[in-house]
Order: sequence, then C-alpha cells, then structure tokens
Amino acid sequence: MNKLSLIIKREFLAKVKNKSFIVMTILSPLLMVGMMALIVFLNVKNAEEIRTISYIDESHQLESIFKDSELTKYINLEKLGFEKAKEITLESYYGFVHIPKTDNLENLSKGIAFYSEDAPNLNVIQDLERKIEHKIRDLKIEKLHFDIEKIKEAETDVAIATETFAGEKSSKMGSVLKMIAGGAFGYLIFMFIIIYGTSVMRSVIEEKTSRIIEVIISSVKPFELMLGKILGNAFAGILQFIIWIISASLLTIAISAFFGVDLMGSSPSMQASQEMVGQMQQSATSDIQAMILEIKNLPLMTLFLSFIVYFFGGYLIYSSIYAAIGAAVDSETDTQQFMMPVMLPLIIAIYVGFGVIENPHGSIAVAFSIFPLTSPIVMLMRIPFGVPWWELLLSMALLLVTFIGIVWFAAKIYRVGILMYGKKPTYKDLYKWLKY
Amino acid sequence: MNNLLEVKNISKSYGDFKALNNVSLAIPNQSIFGLLGPNGAGKTTLIRIINQIIMPDQGEVLLDGEPLKPEHISQIGYLPEERGLYKNMKVGEQALYLAQLKGMSKSEAKKRLKYWFDKFDIGSWWDKKVQELSKGMAQKVQFIVTVMHQPKLLIFDEPFSGFDPINANLIKDEILQLKDEGATVIFSTHRMESVEELCDHIALIDKSNKILDGKLDDIKREFKTNSFQVGLQSENESLLKEQLENNFKISTATFKSLENDLKLNITLNNGDTSKELLQFLNQHAQVTHFTEIIPSASDLFIKAVQNNE
Repeated sequence: MNKLSLIIKREFLAKVKNKSFIVMTILSPLLMVGMMALIVFLNVKNAEEIRTISYIDESHQLESIFKDSELTKYINLEKLGFEKAKEITLESYYGFVHIPKTDNLENLSKGIAFYSEDAPNLNVIQDLERKIEHKIRDLKIEKLHFDIEKIKEAETDVAIATETFAGEKSSKMGSVLKMIAGGAFGYLIFMFIIIYGTSVMRSVIEEKTSRIIEVIISSVKPFELMLGKILGNAFAGILQFIIWIISASLLTIAISAFFGVDLMGSSPSMQASQEMVGQMQQSATSDIQAMILEIKNLPLMTLFLSFIVYFFGGYLIYSSIYAAIGAAVDSETDTQQFMMPVMLPLIIAIYVGFGVIENPHGSIAVAFSIFPLTSPIVMLMRIPFGVPWWELLLSMALLLVTFIGIVWFAAKIYRVGILMYGKKPTYKDLYKWLKY
Repeated sequence: MNNLLEVKNISKSYGDFKALNNVSLAIPNQSIFGLLGPNGAGKTTLIRIINQIIMPDQGEVLLDGEPLKPEHISQIGYLPEERGLYKNMKVGEQALYLAQLKGMSKSEAKKRLKYWFDKFDIGSWWDKKVQELSKGMAQKVQFIVTVMHQPKLLIFDEPFSGFDPINANLIKDEILQLKDEGATVIFSTHRMESVEELCDHIALIDKSNKILDGKLDDIKREFKTNSFQVGLQSENESLLKEQLENNFKISTATFKSLENDLKLNITLNNGDTSKELLQFLNQHAQVTHFTEIIPSASDLFIKAVQNNE
C-alpha cells in the first residue's frame, strides 16, 4: 500500500478511536438538541404562566386598558388605598400599577409606576407602555375633536415588494434564509478549522514528545507525514460532522414529535381556540411553501461547490500552519505565542461575516471575501446574496496560490522543527529554519 | 563491492553553524563500524544524512555504489538515539504500521514480526499498548522494528541505553548475529567498552571534522607509545630505579599483584625493542610482571580529541 494512504489510515484511526472523539461525537448532538428542547420547554412554560396584576388608577382615564387577556388578569384595588394595595400585591399578585391623580394628559404619562417583588418581565412592561401610549394618544385625539375612527381608516399597511434588476424576487424571509445559509456554512468552516487544526497540532506535538518522529521520517518524507496527518484528521472530522448532522436531525424529529403530542394533550387553551390554530396552520403552510420557494431561489449549486472548495482550501491552509506550529514547539503550553496570529484572521472573518449580513456587497465585505485567509468564511456568507463570477474566481485563485505558498512554507518549518528539541523557538529562529 | 556505504566529502551547515565539514567515510561490507565523537560533534547530522532525513549541502553518499535514492529507505534500518513509539497504539499494530512504512507487505511483515516476537519471547505483548510497557520492554520492540525488514545497513545510535545488562547482552548478541548473516552495522555510542567488544572499524568525528578513521587494531598500533607495565623485585629498589631512569623514561604504575614489588611504566627509547628492555631488566632484577601498554578505545578517543583542541 502507498505510504501516504497508510499514514492517512493510521491518523484517521488514531483520531476516531480516541475516547474524547467518541464522547464528543455522541454527546454533542444530545447536548445541542437537549439545549434546544430546554429552551423551547422553558418558553412554553413561561408563556403558560397566568399573571395577575393589580392597579389603582386615580386619574380614572386609563381604566379601559386593564382588560383581562388569556395570560394576564387585572384587579382594581382602588378601594384599599395605595399602601394596603402594595402590601396585598406583595403577598399574592405579580405586580402593582399605580397611576396618580391628574387632569393634565401631559402629566398623566409621567407619574405612572410599576411595583413588583422582583424586577418585572420586560414584555409585561413593554405591553403596558404600549397600551398606555395608545390610550393617551386616543385621548389626545379626542380632546382635539378629531374622529378616531376616521384616523384609523387613514392608516395603511405597506409592504414593499423587492426585486433585483435580473428579475429575481426577494423578500425579507429570503434575506433571513440567505443569512442562515451563509452563516451556517461560514461557521461550520470556522469551527472545523479550529477544532481539527488544533487536533493536527496536538498530533504533531505527540509525535515529537513520544520521540517516534525520527523513526517515522527515516521511512517517509516529512511532507508525506504532514499531509497524511492533515488529511487523516480531516476525514475524521468529516465523519464526525456527518454523524452530528444525521443524529441531530433524527433527535430533533423525535423530540419535536414527542413534545408536539405532549403540548396538544396538556394545553386546554389551545384546544379552546381551534379556529385560531386552524388559521395558524394555514398561514404556516403558506410560509413553508414560500420558504421552499426561497430555498429553490438560493444559488444552491454554487453554494455547495464553493463550500467544498473553501472548506478544503481553508482547512488545508490553516491546518498546515497548525502543523508547523506543532513542529516548532515541544509542548502545547508553548504554542500560545504562535496561536494568536493564526486565530486573528479567523476571528476577524467571523466579525466581518456579521457585517456581510447587513451589507453583502460593501467594500469591506468584498475585500475580506477575496483576501485568502478570510475568504473561506466571508465569501461563503456572501454567496447566498449573489456574488459576481469574477470575484468568486479571483478569490478562489488567490486561495489556491496562498494554499501552495503556505503549505510549502509550513512544510519547511515542519521538516526542521520536528527534529528540534529543547529551546523554545522565536520567530527569528523560524525564519532561519526556512533557509536550512 | 568492498564498501557497502561510501560517504564522500559531505558538508552541511545550519545557518552559520557548520555541522559537518568535508567528511568522507568508507564502511566495509559486513563490518561493525563505530562512529564516535563527543556530543555535538556532528554524528547525528551524518546519520540523518545517510537516512535521507536531511540533505547535505555538498558531497554524496553511495550505498552499494549507487547514490542514495528514496528506494534505499527499505534497505536501511535506523534506531535513533531519540526514539519512542506511539503511546496509545497497540504494540502489534504499531510494529505492522512501521514495517509497512518500510515497504513490507502486511502478510510478510506479520511473518517477520512473529519470528522476532517468538525469538524474544514477547508474543503476549502484541495487544498491549506501548504505555503499559516498561522502558526496557519498549526498547525491545523498538529494536525489532529497526531490524525486521532485514536491511543491508543497520544504524544504531546508543542501542543499549535503557537496557539492563542481561538485555543489553541479548541485543549485543543479536547485533553480532545480524552481522554474521550479512548485515553491515554503523554503531554510534559513548560506551567505549562496547566499541572495544564489537567494532572492527572506527571513525572519530570532532567539531564537524573527521579526525580519525580506520581499523581499530591499526589505530591502536598507531597510538601505542612503546610503553610497558612492569613489576620488579630487587634488593635495592632505589638503585634499580636510578639505573632505569638513566636508560629509559619511567613513571610509577598501579596495578594489582601478589608481590610487594616495584611497579613501573617504562617507555622505550626510539629504536629500542622490548627484547632489549627485558634483557636489561633480567640483569638487574627479578621480573614479576611484564605487559605492553595497548591504548584502549577510550584512550584513543580522549587522546585524539585532545590533539584536536
């Protein structure tokens, strides 16, 4: 068997048989889905809680806003007086709203206070504020002798349909989808580079500290060993991601099915409003149809192909740098000084990635999607929004050139570094090694 | 072909540091060749060049008359001084992997490994992880993976480190047997007694230069000073000493003997032979001890390095 494939096989098996790999592979999807389930569960629980809020409206102008809704009940405690009402609320209600006595509408908005045992839920306060604002506005309008009904008739809902010059229709949901698609691919590459780049580095350090390295490179070229290590780890990583995707989707389906049944059975309010559910389902199905349409509109083929190019390009560039770092040092604690400059472009790429979502064709986004150390992440985030061919080709060409340059450079450092023990190298030493 | 390996005018620098300066060696077929030198002299660099781990700046290395090629890797077995094994890998798996990297097929490697594991009686280690083995046990495995592909040229750098005397002997016998079966051995060590025991030829490298090279016996002959260690009994020791001092260079010697005799090192004058010395001694005293002082490998080493200062 060819030596390179022997090395790849060994590195792959060494990684896959490792206990932490197995634990991570099995536990991560469980953790992820478990977290999701927990969040959903807590939200549902939170929303189901019925709050009772007491109030005293000394102005008697805003009483009409305290109408009971499904999850919030209001109790008027005016007869008890301010102090007593506060005491009672502390014992048995969620919170207490006090509206001071005033005739002036301007002053009305200023003296309102909310008392509660703990800091109140932000949604509750916002809801109250909105209701009060509306009510005061209506009161003011009334005072000016305008007809509220007519004003309401004059209001219009506007939704601007957006379309590119090429005739592609886009929508807000489309943009969200593009963000998610680009973001997901970009993050995937980011995570993969960090997790598996570090793993390549560890494996190089392990060979150095166990002193097997000289035995191995008396049989194979250092470059073959480095390449085999990088590829072996990549295959282990791809396997891990495949397992994660499959098991996470299976688990999500299983859990949502479980929760779905559970929720339907235990929530009486949902059964009560069958009609509403029906309507929601209808709008949900049309949403899903729209979403499928949008997904079809994404440049899927380009996205997929460039994902593969940028995935391998980015991973190979960074993991060979990681391999060189591993070769240069004696132990993992010595890697810090070299790690920072490697992490920097990756972190910048992720930050620029956030900006890309706001403005996919801005000059910063374009520059970083062409710069080869950040392009694997930034370009993938841009692609769903449509990228001109020349930019894509330029970016890929630069990636290829950089890839060849960096691998050459890393291989040189690697070749010398693996046989160096003792002294912690400086950047100057690394530069000297290039010339050995 | 008389020489299995010929090193011709090799130079190698690391930046400003010259690790090897125009070094040439010829290593005869089926010999044990001692490559000696102080720490940092350039031995390891030379060995790495022979193993094609690093490339020389100048010069070439011929194996069996051919310039070194990547295919020659399978004909060389190298036991580096800095050696180890993958700690988390099983012994058998690891040995198979290393054998395959040397170009053996899997089935052939299994057969050879079985032979060696049986020979060292360590078959039960096959499924053990290396981290479960003691240092000496791991060294045995390491020795096996060095020799299992039956290379023509074996290079051992401090092969006995980590072995107890029993196992060191075992390994020494294996090295001698491999030589008898046709292998050529390059042997680098600081243990001079094993050089004495094993090596036919030696070369000494100091400060990047070769300063000594040849058959061990020839070099010893070259380095001997025509000195003799003698034990003498006489009525009047001080008179005897005086007489000797007039004719030869003498100094006090220490060695063990049964008699309470006068112990001296006597160096001959140029042109004199041992015959004349013995005649002289017999005339003046009773000789209880008489041996020529032959320099040991250790003496050669120290003398040569000191001369090179």
